[in-house]
Amino acid sequence: MFWGSRKTIDMNYFPDEVLEHVFDFITSHKDRNSVSLVCKSWYKIEKYSRQRVFLGNCYSISPERLIARFPGLKSLTLKGKPHFADFNLVPDDWGGFLYPWIKAMAKSRIGLEELRLKRMVVSDESLELLSESFPNFKSLVLVSCEGFTTDGLAAIAANCRFLRELDLQENEVEDHRGYWLSCFPESCTSLVSLNFACLKGEINLASLERLVARSPNLKSLRLNRAVPFDTLQRLLIRAPQLVDLGTGSYIHDPSSEAYNKLKAAIQNCNSIRSLSGFLEVAPCCMPAIYPICENLTFLNLSYAAGLQSNELTRLIHHCRKLQRLWILDCIGDKGLGVVASTCKELQELRVFPSDPFDAGNAAVTEEGLVLVSAGCPKLNSLLYFCQQMTNAALITVAKNCTNFIRFRLCILDPIKPDPVTNQPLDEGFGAIVRSCKGLKRLSLSGLLTDQVFYYIGMYAKKLEMLSIAFAGNSDKGMLYVLNGCKKLRKLEIRDCPFGDTALLEDMGKYETMRSLWMSTCEVTLGACKVLAKKMPSLNVEIINESEQTEFNLDDRQKVDKIDGPLSFTAPSGQETWCFYKVMIPVSKVGIAKPVVIMRSEKYTQMVTVDGHDFWFIGFVNYEKASV
Amino acid sequence: MEGSVAYDNDLNLKATELRLGLPGTHEEQQAVSSSTVRNNKRPNGESDARNETAPPPKAQIVGWPPIRSYRKNNSQPKKTESEGVGIYIKVSMDGAPYLRKIDLKVYSGYPELLQAVENMFKFTIGEYSEREGYKGSDYAPTYEDKDGDWMLVGDVPWEMFITSCKRLRIMKGSEARGLGCGV
Repeated sequence: MFWGSRKTIDMNYFPDEVLEHVFDFITSHKDRNSVSLVCKSWYKIEKYSRQRVFLGNCYSISPERLIARFPGLKSLTLKGKPHFADFNLVPDDWGGFLYPWIKAMAKSRIGLEELRLKRMVVSDESLELLSESFPNFKSLVLVSCEGFTTDGLAAIAANCRFLRELDLQENEVEDHRGYWLSCFPESCTSLVSLNFACLKGEINLASLERLVARSPNLKSLRLNRAVPFDTLQRLLIRAPQLVDLGTGSYIHDPSSEAYNKLKAAIQNCNSIRSLSGFLEVAPCCMPAIYPICENLTFLNLSYAAGLQSNELTRLIHHCRKLQRLWILDCIGDKGLGVVASTCKELQELRVFPSDPFDAGNAAVTEEGLVLVSAGCPKLNSLLYFCQQMTNAALITVAKNCTNFIRFRLCILDPIKPDPVTNQPLDEGFGAIVRSCKGLKRLSLSGLLTDQVFYYIGMYAKKLEMLSIAFAGNSDKGMLYVLNGCKKLRKLEIRDCPFGDTALLEDMGKYETMRSLWMSTCEVTLGACKVLAKKMPSLNVEIINESEQTEFNLDDRQKVDKIDGPLSFTAPSGQETWCFYKVMIPVSKVGIAKPVVIMRSEKYTQMVTVDGHDFWFIGFVNYEKASV
Repeated sequence: MEGSVAYDNDLNLKATELRLGLPGTHEEQQAVSSSTVRNNKRPNGESDARNETAPPPKAQIVGWPPIRSYRKNNSQPKKTESEGVGIYIKVSMDGAPYLRKIDLKVYSGYPELLQAVENMFKFTIGEYSEREGYKGSDYAPTYEDKDGDWMLVGDVPWEMFITSCKRLRIMKGSEARGLGCGV
């Protein structure tokens, strides 16, 4: 290109509209961020043409700042609570509220069309305001959220005239019975995706049938437990074009007419590629779905507790094209053998425990995993809850499958060693990281020493996320990881003997990461203060969950939890420190509310640079980056 | 097994534990969930305060196993009774030439059962009310219970019904009306 030889770049050569058109082809967040760094002109064009924004942490930027930065925002993805909130390790009142975002976007008349939320607190009030403020709103996806009732859904149904997608995944929703579905006006015919499987209450079945009947574009439908077999049959007749189906209750008499009708209806649904649900199920009715099994690419039976191993395997026999399988461990090792011999296209396998609290009965062991690894060469993503694991098995798996991107193993009994050799599982996981050069996400379990972290630091060069529990012997373990894993972005640790030395040795490392979580480790308050003082761009949150009524300010005291970087807007009543997050002594037993004072000028500058997550611990050359 | 020893360590798990069982049952749980590996598989390795303590009892650990709360709260526990065996009972209808058999396990409640029976014999049962039995038709569904008595279908909870029902009989005509009234 000719401008390589010039000293100054004259971007006025191309009119803005041309550049904008070119940028339209750049969809990855990372790339768009890079584009905005090139020069002032590109920054401006990119800024006004940016429609999709992803925030890995909703506290990394204020809503007002986001809106000022990207006034053309149409699609927003927000993540709230840290991952370990899924396991009750984060206090309930930690935060992650949606309302401030809706309020700010409504006030600035943002033309919001899509909202995707994960682990956020969503109130009915925010849903109502959302439904009234954005006339072009099309898509709402809520994953693992809480705080709302079906009244909020009613507002969405009633007011979002062009709604295409309402997708509720695993949310805790207070159910005020099924009238919300009737709130979709007769004029609403635009639905493409409707998923209410996580709702617990009754549904107005007649309204549902009418809604499906007038939604010719409906491709994805996931029902809840309250939708019975008969209704399912009638819905399938109205929507043979479905691509993704989640059944509700699937119980009937196989000799009945209704069953025969369903069989016929399903045979017409030859576009279905994804099947889930069976929240209540009569095994004898499963043969009705065999005809569509051959086309399935995704099968999720992880909530189908009513199916036993033999029924599951009978079903799996028909699913030759399966790419993703989510299943309960009652399938057993033998059942996994059937998966291995049938599903040659399998890429992702998730095996959940049917009885999480009784580890002695977990029905799968290392044998099932070895079988799948041998039979499914395309396997690249694993979540496996099992009773036990051996080094030999992991080594074999590593040999069989070198393509793992995600490898998450959970041995239900923590710190359980290899039952055959009584050794830690260091060698097994070591083999995995050595063999799977593309590994991005790893979760460890079982008995593990510092050695496994040595291997991880040495070999897991592409690793981005690591989850550790009850592992390691000393600070060395954590240091191996921090020093070796250059691409590490998220590190979450619980109940490990890692302490101040590990935390403070290479603080600059945190500037390249998104987040660090440490709970019930050996980190002291003093070390947290040091970290926060030395790295002012980091936001360090300390959560004190002890039963002390007065917060003990002794530096030697071990903190229960530290995570960062996060930021909060500061309510009044802060303590004397002004560099970092501050604890307010609790008057009630239990949770201390963390507070931070943000240094807004620096914050603003950091934000203009990194569009990706708006979420980074520090930015080394922000002077250079801000244009 | 571990008893209170596990709670005297630095982890202080007890302070943050979320109880999963009923209060006071944790000793019981430990006895029940006695996996053999617990006994001699102490963690080896360098000396560390943690290593000297027994592994925390699994039922007590907050946030373990790492399963999303929603999934934990919404997965039905495994049923212990044998799933494969159905509860087949004879169904007779007054005036019908032969009897039928149905599997009570297939139905989740009275509405499905009655619907199925209606379909099977091509008739309609009336509306059930506690006071007046089945109004609106000439038929009344009845069943023989374990004591040999003929009872009106629908009075007792479903779970109780399927365990006590030995056979079903659809009564017709004056006999049916007689059963439904004044009980």
